[in-house]
Amino acid sequence: MDFNISKQEELFLQMIREFTENEIKPIAAEIDEQERFPVETVEKMGKLGIMGIPIPVEYGGQGSTNQIYSMAVEEISRVCGTTGVVVSAHTSLCADPIMNFGTEEQKQKYLPKLASGEWVGAFGLTEPNAGTDAALQQTTAEDAGDKWILNGSKIFITNAEYAHVYVIIAMTDKSQGTKGISAFIVEKGTPGFTIGKKEKKLGIRGSSTCELIFENCQIPKENLLGKIGKGFSLAMKTLDGGRIGIAAQALGLAQGAMDETIKYTKERKQFGKAISKFQNTQFQLADMETKVQASRLFVRNAAFKKDQKLPYSVDAAMAKLYASETAMEVTTKAIQFHGGYGYTREYPVERMFRDAKITEIYEGTSEVQRMVIAGNLLK
Amino acid sequence: MKIVVCIKQVPDTTEVKLDPVTGTLIRDGVPSIINPDDKGGLELALELKDKFNAEVTVITMGPMQAEAVLREAFAMGVDKAILLSDRKFAGADTLATSNALAGAIRTLDYDLVITGRQAIDGDTAQVGPQIAEHLDIPQVSYLQSLEYDGKNTFTIKKQTEDGYQIVEVDGPCLVTVLSTANKARYMTVKGIMEAFDKEVEIWSADKIDVDEAKLGLKGSPTKVKKAFTKGVKSAGQVYEVDTEEAIGIILSKLKEKFII
Repeated sequence: MDFNISKQEELFLQMIREFTENEIKPIAAEIDEQERFPVETVEKMGKLGIMGIPIPVEYGGQGSTNQIYSMAVEEISRVCGTTGVVVSAHTSLCADPIMNFGTEEQKQKYLPKLASGEWVGAFGLTEPNAGTDAALQQTTAEDAGDKWILNGSKIFITNAEYAHVYVIIAMTDKSQGTKGISAFIVEKGTPGFTIGKKEKKLGIRGSSTCELIFENCQIPKENLLGKIGKGFSLAMKTLDGGRIGIAAQALGLAQGAMDETIKYTKERKQFGKAISKFQNTQFQLADMETKVQASRLFVRNAAFKKDQKLPYSVDAAMAKLYASETAMEVTTKAIQFHGGYGYTREYPVERMFRDAKITEIYEGTSEVQRMVIAGNLLK
Repeated sequence: MKIVVCIKQVPDTTEVKLDPVTGTLIRDGVPSIINPDDKGGLELALELKDKFNAEVTVITMGPMQAEAVLREAFAMGVDKAILLSDRKFAGADTLATSNALAGAIRTLDYDLVITGRQAIDGDTAQVGPQIAEHLDIPQVSYLQSLEYDGKNTFTIKKQTEDGYQIVEVDGPCLVTVLSTANKARYMTVKGIMEAFDKEVEIWSADKIDVDEAKLGLKGSPTKVKKAFTKGVKSAGQVYEVDTEEAIGIILSKLKEKFII
């Protein structure tokens, strides 16, 4: 693995930084406060190619690497956790499985619109009774000759109200257990498919997290994604990739909190000097920075392995586990350094702290990541 | 339509430090960017490319590192990039710089030459107008907006000290652009992916159409007599008062210092 960033990556970082500073940072507090999906940002990102970074050129994407994609999610999340997860769920959880498991027709039909940002993607696995134990799927897909009929519901679905394409996991043969689970593509507006309750959340409040309801929802036969009975494996592989996105989001949140804290400790004076002059501040900042950099190496490593088509499941689990726990720790300390001001919405660290918590939960809790890592050790 | 845009790589800071011995800028460790007014010029060219399918060539003069701003220009959408890089160009003042750039432009087909108004490191605003003089073409400086009739006439709104002038000019001509003329576009991911597959042409002094005596240090009549870092001023005092009280304070301060 090359630890130097290439000139191309350097130019990309320059672009994404200019974009995030000018277009995302100024509205980050507002979309949090108003729990508003950043529609205008998605449109702008679509035009620049940020919504389809790893999608191949022949399907309208940028044909770029997972490394650059993870850098994009990191940089976006540095200023706005909501926008970071919008891009991550869209790319890793919807475009990625269509790229990896879709038929040529499915790729032609969905990827160009996802890559341009004209369509937003979402992914539905979690159910009220199927969280970490994702195999307990109760949503069913019944084979009705020339179509599939979906019944059931999904919860906590990112991008829900604003997505146009959903990758939905459902049980096709309960007697087969996890081998009876399949994946489907459902389009917005399909009769029998509605958006349910919108969650009121602690953080990432603009990301539109809702319930998806399927009541005799009929979808065409060709909307089966991947092979019948392979949906659980598709979902697990998809989440492996998604974890790189979430690790990058957590890393971005941690970096954002670091940036704010460094700036604040240099400005804030107590006892006659800037608080950055106190050794307690310096030692804590050093520990925080070390963990942020370690997280970055984990994320880069997992993205590198995915780009090289090497096994990366454990690497992605470690990246997500470490980066998300670092994000929580760093944002907590960032508030402590800001004191009472940090607890208010006058400073962005309050929002970063709230946004960070979810990174330890979604796309596999920290406990799930430990199960993946230990499972590999003890197999 | 064929457009040539001249851009400059400049240090991204307002706190440029000077080498007290040589009187030149210390560029080490300072990130470099496309000069803001030049970026306005690039955007103007790219808008004409979008509307009229213009071909845009970008030129810069500088050391090999200056290639970075040409890659950025590729990622924004320009068609061709030329880097004038040769020891013979080194030590150039604005006159020698404009001679080199004009020498390169002379070898190209062009209907419109665009430069930024001025660079944030030198602040002279001389290079653009000098290029127009060398090429013997009309020039309009301080461009705020431009309309093109699709044939050969440009209608330009130019900023003046107390307002605007609207002028009409036929190509080939040169304009100098303000960074406030537009909002420069971002590079695209696709542009960045392709930017490194395109060729930056490196031109030496032999390749351009100009007398070598007019280049580099030899061709530079300007000599830096002395350079110094400005002394640090104290932070000053801030009064948050209404206008009348403010006038009173200002008057008493000016009297206190025997200025009035």
